[in-house]
Amino acid sequence: MIPTVPDSTLPSRLGAEAIACPSCDLLQRLPMLPPGGRARCPRCGEVLVTAPTDPIDQPLALAVAAAICLVVANATPLMGISAVGRTADTTILGGALAMWTQGQPLTGALVAICAAVAPGAYVLFMLIVLLAARRPPAPRWAGELLRLAEHLQLWAMPEVMLLGILVALVKIAELATVDAGVGLYTTGALPVLLAGIAVSFDPRAIWERVLWADGDVPPRMPRRMPLKTTTDPAVEEPPR
Amino acid sequence: MMVAALTAARQGLVSCGTCGLLLRPAWPTEPGHCPRCGAGLDWRHPNSLQRTWALTLAAAVCYIPANALPVMVTNALGSSTPDTIMGGVVFLVTSGSWPLGLIVLIASVMIPLGKLLALTWLLIAVQRGAMGGERDHMRMIRVVRLIGRWSMLDVFVDTFTVALVQLQPLMSVEPGPGVVFFAAVVVLTMLAAESFDPRLLWDTKQALPSHD
Repeated sequence: MIPTVPDSTLPSRLGAEAIACPSCDLLQRLPMLPPGGRARCPRCGEVLVTAPTDPIDQPLALAVAAAICLVVANATPLMGISAVGRTADTTILGGALAMWTQGQPLTGALVAICAAVAPGAYVLFMLIVLLAARRPPAPRWAGELLRLAEHLQLWAMPEVMLLGILVALVKIAELATVDAGVGLYTTGALPVLLAGIAVSFDPRAIWERVLWADGDVPPRMPRRMPLKTTTDPAVEEPPR
Repeated sequence: MMVAALTAARQGLVSCGTCGLLLRPAWPTEPGHCPRCGAGLDWRHPNSLQRTWALTLAAAVCYIPANALPVMVTNALGSSTPDTIMGGVVFLVTSGSWPLGLIVLIASVMIPLGKLLALTWLLIAVQRGAMGGERDHMRMIRVVRLIGRWSMLDVFVDTFTVALVQLQPLMSVEPGPGVVFFAAVVVLTMLAAESFDPRLLWDTKQALPSHD
C-alpha cells in the first residue's frame, strides 16, 4: 500500500533546495520563484529553473493538440504536384521511404526518425508522463519515460522539416504546379505546439511526483544538504 | 584573481544529470545511481573530451564528401544533372529566390563549418586549461547546441524533392551519394555538442575529488 502525497504540499519543496548548475557546477540555493519567473546561474548564465504557472495541465493540453496534429500530418498528403497531365504527391513518411528505396536507406531512416518517429514518441511519452503525474505519486516508469522524452526532444525537428518542405516547394514550383495538402497545415502547427509544451513544462514538477527509484515516496520537504556558503541565483520576474 | 567558486564537486556533491537531485556519494570513485530517478551518476560526462574529439574529427572527415559529392541528381528528358549543396544554393539565388538561397547557404554550409570550428576551439580551450573567457565559451556551446539542428535543412529539402518529383519518364530526381555524408555531419556534430561537458570549462585543477 503506497501512501499518497497531498498535492498541495508539493510546491513548498521549491523552498530552499540546494542545486548545482548543470553547466558550471556552481552550488546555489533555489529561492522561492514567482509564478512565471526563472532563476539563472550567476556565474555562467544558464537558466536553472523555470516556474511555469501550470506545469502539468497546460503542457498536457498542448500535447493533446500536438498528438492530433501529428496524426493528421502523417496520415494525409503534405503536398502534390502536377505537370503536363502527370501528378504525384507525398506524405512525411513517404518522403523517408522515397530516400530509402532510391538507394539512401540511412538518410531515409534518419529523416523518418527526425520527422515522424521522434516527434511522435516525444508527444506520446509526454502525454503519458503528464497524465500519470496528475495523480501523485506517479509510478517509477513515468520518470523513465520523461528521461526518454528529453532525449527524443533533441531529434524531433518539425520546425526544420517545415522549412525544408517550403524550400523544396519553391524549388519545385519552377518546374510544376504545387498544391499544398491538409498535412502541410497541421505540420505548420507542430513546431508551435512543441515549443509551447517545452516552455509551459517544468520537469521538476514531474520529479517531485514520481516514486523514487529506491522505493521511497517523494519527500514533502527537500533533504537539507549541509552546505557552507553558496551564491544565490539571479531571479527574473515574469514579463508583464 | 577570482576566488575559486564553490562548486558541487568541491563539496563532494554530485548532481544527477537526469533529474538534478543533489547527492553526496558515499564512495567518490563510484558515485553509483540516483535514488530518485535511477540514472547513473558521474562527476563529469565520462571521457567527454575524447568522445567530443572523435565525433568532431569524424564529422570533419565527412564534411569533405558532403560538399564535393552531389546530393541530388535531376533526370530530365534523357539527360541527368548532378547538384551539390552549393549548386542548390546557386540554383535558388539565380532563380530569383535569394532569401531562400541565403537560408540554405547559412544552414547547410556556414552552420556545419561553424560548428566544427567552435567545437575544436572549445576542446582546445579546455585542454590548454586557460582561465578566463568561460562565459564566452559557454555562449559558444549554447549557440552550437541551439542552431545545430538547422543544418538538417538540406536533408529535408532533398527528401521532399526526391519524393515529389517522380514524373517518369518526363522528369525525376534521385538522391546523390553526398546526402548520406551530409546527414552524417549533422548527426555527428549534434552528438559531439551533447557529449561535450561544459563544466570542464569551469573546472580548475583541484575542482574534482581525487580519483586515485
